[in-house]
Amino acid sequence: MAAVGEFFYLVIAIGVLLVALVAGLVGAGVRRSRLRGRGGAGTIAPPQDRTGATAAPPTVEPPTVEVPPATVTPTLERPEGTAGRLVRLRQRLSRSQGTLGRGLLALLSRDRLDEDTWEEIEDTLLTADVGVGPTQQLVERLRTRLRVEGSEAASPREVLREELLTLIDPTLDRTLAVQRAGGRPAVVLVVGVNGTGKTTTVGKLARVLVAEDKQVVLGAADTFRAAAAEQLTTWGERVGVDTVRGPEGSDPASVAFEAVRTGIEQEADVVLVDTAGRLQNKAGLMDELGKVKRVVEKQVPVNEVLLVLDATTGQNGMIQARVFSEVVDVTGIVLTKLDGSAKGGIVVAVQRELGVPVKLVGLGEGADDLAPFEPEAFVDALLGTDA
Amino acid sequence: MFATLSDRLADTFKNLRGKGRLSDADIDATGREIRIALLEADVALPVVKQFVAAVKERARTAEVSQALNPAQQVVKIVHDELVGILGGETRRVRFAKNPPTVIMLAGLQGAGKTTLAAKLALWFKEQGHSPMLVAADLQRPNAVYQLQVNGERAGVTVHAPEPGNGVGDPVAVARGAVGEARRTLHDVVIIDTAGRLGVDADLMQQAADIRDATQPDEVLFVVDAMIGQDAVNTAQAFLDGVGFDGVVLTKLDGDARGGAALSIRSITGRPIMFASAGEKLTDFDVFHPDRMASRILDMGDMLTLIEQAEKAFDADQAAQAAAKLTGQGGEFTLDDFLEQMQAIRKMGSLSKIMGMLPGMGQFRDQLANFDEREIDRVQAIIQSMTPAERANAKIIDGSRRARIAKGSGVHVSEVNLLVERFFEARKMMQSLAKGGGMPGMPGMPGMPGAGKRGKAKHPPKKGKGKRVSGNPAKRAEQQKAAGTKAPVPAADPFGLSAAPEGLGQALDPALDPALDPTLDPALDPNGFDPDEFQLPPEVAKFLK
Repeated sequence: MAAVGEFFYLVIAIGVLLVALVAGLVGAGVRRSRLRGRGGAGTIAPPQDRTGATAAPPTVEPPTVEVPPATVTPTLERPEGTAGRLVRLRQRLSRSQGTLGRGLLALLSRDRLDEDTWEEIEDTLLTADVGVGPTQQLVERLRTRLRVEGSEAASPREVLREELLTLIDPTLDRTLAVQRAGGRPAVVLVVGVNGTGKTTTVGKLARVLVAEDKQVVLGAADTFRAAAAEQLTTWGERVGVDTVRGPEGSDPASVAFEAVRTGIEQEADVVLVDTAGRLQNKAGLMDELGKVKRVVEKQVPVNEVLLVLDATTGQNGMIQARVFSEVVDVTGIVLTKLDGSAKGGIVVAVQRELGVPVKLVGLGEGADDLAPFEPEAFVDALLGTDA
Repeated sequence: MFATLSDRLADTFKNLRGKGRLSDADIDATGREIRIALLEADVALPVVKQFVAAVKERARTAEVSQALNPAQQVVKIVHDELVGILGGETRRVRFAKNPPTVIMLAGLQGAGKTTLAAKLALWFKEQGHSPMLVAADLQRPNAVYQLQVNGERAGVTVHAPEPGNGVGDPVAVARGAVGEARRTLHDVVIIDTAGRLGVDADLMQQAADIRDATQPDEVLFVVDAMIGQDAVNTAQAFLDGVGFDGVVLTKLDGDARGGAALSIRSITGRPIMFASAGEKLTDFDVFHPDRMASRILDMGDMLTLIEQAEKAFDADQAAQAAAKLTGQGGEFTLDDFLEQMQAIRKMGSLSKIMGMLPGMGQFRDQLANFDEREIDRVQAIIQSMTPAERANAKIIDGSRRARIAKGSGVHVSEVNLLVERFFEARKMMQSLAKGGGMPGMPGMPGMPGAGKRGKAKHPPKKGKGKRVSGNPAKRAEQQKAAGTKAPVPAADPFGLSAAPEGLGQALDPALDPALDPTLDPALDPNGFDPDEFQLPPEVAKFLK
């Protein structure tokens, strides 16, 4: 405790030094601009956060529709059930990702496993964004097992499958807590950095839940990005789900609160809250996210916090997962865009370090391309077999 | 674990001191460390291999083995090579001989094309062009509306004949747009296309059709800075499918290291033309290869730090606080302390900021364990004080301390520690300021406080600024600054590169022989490199 305290003051002291340094530079800037022309342009713009930025453009003022009338249009789509989805998951994975598994198998079934081969195995895993640490761990375990068990060991394929499974840990609970409990709807908060597919995931998830005959309310708490609320409303309208939204630039926490309140009033089963994308190193925005969760919890506890990770994300995905977990305690991960050439190996690292399971995978642009994550299917698809 | 390449290499070379030259084994070890560092920065594997081979080759030459500090020398080589690859060939946008100039954006879903389109339009507009945005993303729900909104914010015409949401033919929209632009006298057309995957043959064909229909002068590939190993496949797929002339890196305001930049550059050979870093439409700039290189290597980045600081600090406030620190303009109070602390927090996590300072690598472990909530606690303690106590911390006696501790939910000892440390820190700042280093910092000939207040209140303050420094380099800087009259602007790389040096100088214990460095030996097993950043003894005292 004492050591931490001492160090803390050191950090503060250096921080203050830093201020002095910056003040000098800023001061120089002040003087410079004064020389150039008076007009009081001496101040560097104060920190502009989102509220400032969004207040500026007054041109955009979408109508403040609190709850769009639940016009259940006759052309409501009937989403596909979850059963058929897994089949497609396997197809897609084997199409896009089979190369990893096959490459590894080809390597492992060689007669001699020399250093070069091991390095190639390592490289194959690294190319899948698995990350340096988990890769080394996996390779080490494979080496040990193949050495210990020798020739009477199961086929290298089996060994590899087992080891990959161990890394992904099939014992974790991957069900979504979307049951109405104690007369209150379940609340799912969807978070993530910009452009990973949060809004799309919320839209797809709503369809899955509607397919399971659940009553769903959507909360468009992304009040920042232009047209995010419209995007979500469009998703909702397709399956006849109400979307609660606020004016652009309003407090996302209030929209989320409103959504949950509507959910309680309508006796919905699930309230899905979409949030604005935020980079994890923006402290102010992360605080805002913390507030959204706290405010929602004044009414109902948040059952699930889903972090949406893009399968193309590299090692930064680890930092994203860590920071979001610290702020809102992520309970599950949605891995999107897995239908591309990206392999989503970062998930392995995330699960290994944070123990947060992947619960859903996004597999494409189609409205029903969201499937529950199944480790066995994932690994089998990775290995390119039809299990 | 080591966080930066410098740390890793320093460890690799630790046992090498005194050796005349590097053996092959040493160089291989170096290669491994560079490999891991690059892989962790998401540089694609084939590129890493190629790059490491090139660096190893250079490391065998005399420039490393004869260097005094091989680790630093290798880092420098790596950095140079990175800058060389990243910045090799840069070029500006090619404008069409007969307007309109057509620019087409392509990339994965969620890379940031729609946002970038508006940023690009604003950028062109500011340069006196008349851009027109074309909504050819008819796939994603409400992408058209998003572009319209962004276009309005940028004050740019948006051509959106189709409502989107899966309705309409993007090729026809794009083709029509060029004619429309010609008719309405827009000289730049920016086509925002739908996000597509490299493996999706149909959509790639659609993109190629848009390209053929509009004959764009530039096709820009928009890619997210946090993309991982897949960058290579995706870039190659887009290069084969659509072909692109330049790359735009987005979301650089995140903390991804952006190794993708290197991968794409070396695989496709296409230059990185723009960097987009932020959510405002103006957060857009041409690409700086040297900063990107430092970023990939995760080296201390003073430039970024200072830019962030400028955003977070109120200029007047900071100048006032600095004046107080140096003993003018009143006492530096706990209120000021609190204000500064909050301003620092706005810049992001404290440990991250500290990590950006050069030479802080040695404290990495402590930084990693550092609990950010400590700041909240200190804030709570200060806010539990009355205004009078904050203005004059000397009046805080035993009973007041007990009250403050109760109010902020801490032990009295923590209040004691805070008050005590505050006095010490203040004293330290003042002695540093008087020590001559800080005020005479290059790039700002006056006192920090002379910025605004000082100038108005005490005009003869100049005396200090004119004082000639003992350091020849610094003296030259001062003379230069004085010669040009106007101090170097804060964003000027010259002023910035000089600033850390000034800080280092200010903190040099040699300036104040009375206080010998009493660094905790446990923190500093290897001893300092003389050319590295040194902690001032007063600060070091806190580590006891």
